[in-house]
Amino acid sequence: MRDRAPGRILVVGTSVGGIRTGQALRAAGHTGEVVVVGAEDVTPYDKPPLSKQVLVGSQTAADISLLGPGGWSGDGLTPMTGRAAVRLDPVGKQVILADGEPVDYDAVVLATGAFPRSIPAPEGDLVCTVRELRDAAAIRERFSRGGPVVVVGSGFIGAEVASSARQLGLDATIVEALPEPFARVLGPDVGARISRLHADAGVTVLGSAAVARVESLADGTGVVHLADGRRLPAATVVVGIGVVPGTGWLEGSGLDLGFGVLTDEFCRASGAPDVYAVGDVARWLDVRSGEHRLVEHWTNAVEQANLVAHNLLHPDDLRPYVKAPYFWSDQHGLKIQMVGRIHPDDRVSFLRCTTTAGDKDVALYSRDGGFSAAVVLGWPRAVVACRQAWERGEDLAQITARLSALATATVPVPVG
Amino acid sequence: MQIKADVGKCQGYGNCVDLDPEHFDLDDDGVVVLLQPSVGEAELETSGAAVRSCPVQAIWLADDDA
Ligand SMILES: Cc1cc2nc3c(=O)[nH]c(=O)nc-3n(C[C@H](O)[C@H](O)[C@H](O)COP(=O)(O)OP(=O)(O)OC[C@H]3O[C@@H](n4cnc5c(N)ncnc54)[C@H](O)[C@@H]3O)c2cc1C
Ligand code: SF4
Repeated sequence: MRDRAPGRILVVGTSVGGIRTGQALRAAGHTGEVVVVGAEDVTPYDKPPLSKQVLVGSQTAADISLLGPGGWSGDGLTPMTGRAAVRLDPVGKQVILADGEPVDYDAVVLATGAFPRSIPAPEGDLVCTVRELRDAAAIRERFSRGGPVVVVGSGFIGAEVASSARQLGLDATIVEALPEPFARVLGPDVGARISRLHADAGVTVLGSAAVARVESLADGTGVVHLADGRRLPAATVVVGIGVVPGTGWLEGSGLDLGFGVLTDEFCRASGAPDVYAVGDVARWLDVRSGEHRLVEHWTNAVEQANLVAHNLLHPDDLRPYVKAPYFWSDQHGLKIQMVGRIHPDDRVSFLRCTTTAGDKDVALYSRDGGFSAAVVLGWPRAVVACRQAWERGEDLAQITARLSALATATVPVPVG
Repeated sequence: MQIKADVGKCQGYGNCVDLDPEHFDLDDDGVVVLLQPSVGEAELETSGAAVRSCPVQAIWLADDDA
């Protein structure tokens, strides 16, 4: 059967999910128009460096562009940037922009990502979040005036900000409301290991440290008041307590929303035809578990961009999204890479593997002999093996054998 | 087409290997290794996806005579 490719494809969102979708459509030979709408009025840029290289100044906006060397036209994309989409009309097949202009589509890809959560903050820019280029620029400017820096939340972005602050020679403290920092994502054992990494790098890591309020002082600095009465002076407060999917503009559109745009396994939105969603905004059906999942990682956005480009152009050969969840984080010179999905009741075992590049540690998470997840410290080769094993549904014994094959020696080490 | 790599830029994120293990691998230091630099017409979609999946643009496709 001949594929019926839609004529005009509209992409909403100019970050990695949106831009890679447009580029993948072109690479796959789509000849119709690809229009990309974006709220921000800047050249599309990549986000992972915002809490790392951009904060320390080793990369600038020019280094983190998502477009190819030929820019928008070289990539074959028609930009409509600096204007947010405010409404989706799936019946009239239009997206309405903030200035009222309607944009017609044959198919639309929603890639509006997520927005950071924050805490009640005083007037001014003492309390920051980091999601956009301008956020990173503002934090960098504040950092140039000196520390101390208080990071609220022990998620990855906060941890990276603390690492960047230390790299700049600033005092940094991470405050986490839960008793065990880093445990929410990594579990308590690996969390303790990462806490130690930060402590060794001079970061003060406080658990059971809920923020009561932030006070701003006349000189532009402030004080973070903890619920237990402790007071932490802060020249800058960076909040990293998670994100909320960018679905506000889709309320009332008829799409099924539920902390994200609900989609089927092919990333097609439920509730309206010819609407797709990718990246941090998409809550897609995971056929392995039968549950809807939202993954806020870079690679997930790119893989879904490729998938949706394929599915748009080949409606008779739809591919489901089945990749292993994967992300990396760079903290204090250590590459932390995680594959899979951690369950609260997983067992964790640590393996120390001897390689030609030194000893490397891998934490394996398992349940009933099944392989749920791995956290790999500074050994990218092992990550490739973990991703393949996870996608093939291999068990703990099989992934352990794969890792042993990559190392000259493998020994279990105490957890934590 | 030919795959080119700037190994100094590679950060070992491994996305290229995950998508296109025929052309890419990682060494023990976590640096990309090109197993096979030339990309035939039929492999272009896969290798192109691998290139776009590199978070630091350490790999790219160039014309054969480039
Ligand atoms: C500081 C930071 C560091 C990170 N580091 C890592 C890392 O090391 N490893 C990793 O795996 N992941 C990392 N991530 C996560 C990764 O960057 C995200 O998963 C990825 O950016 C998701 O891409 P996206 O395109 O789905 O959404 P987003 O990047 O959130 O982009 C959404 C886009 O949509 C636009 N938009 C939103 N609403 C509208 C609207 N109504 N109309 C028009 N445009 C709109 C926004 O302006 C933005 O351009 C990091 C994220 C941040 C913020
Ligand atoms: S995707 Fe890029 S950074 Fe990652 S291993 Fe391949 S070349 Fe290196």
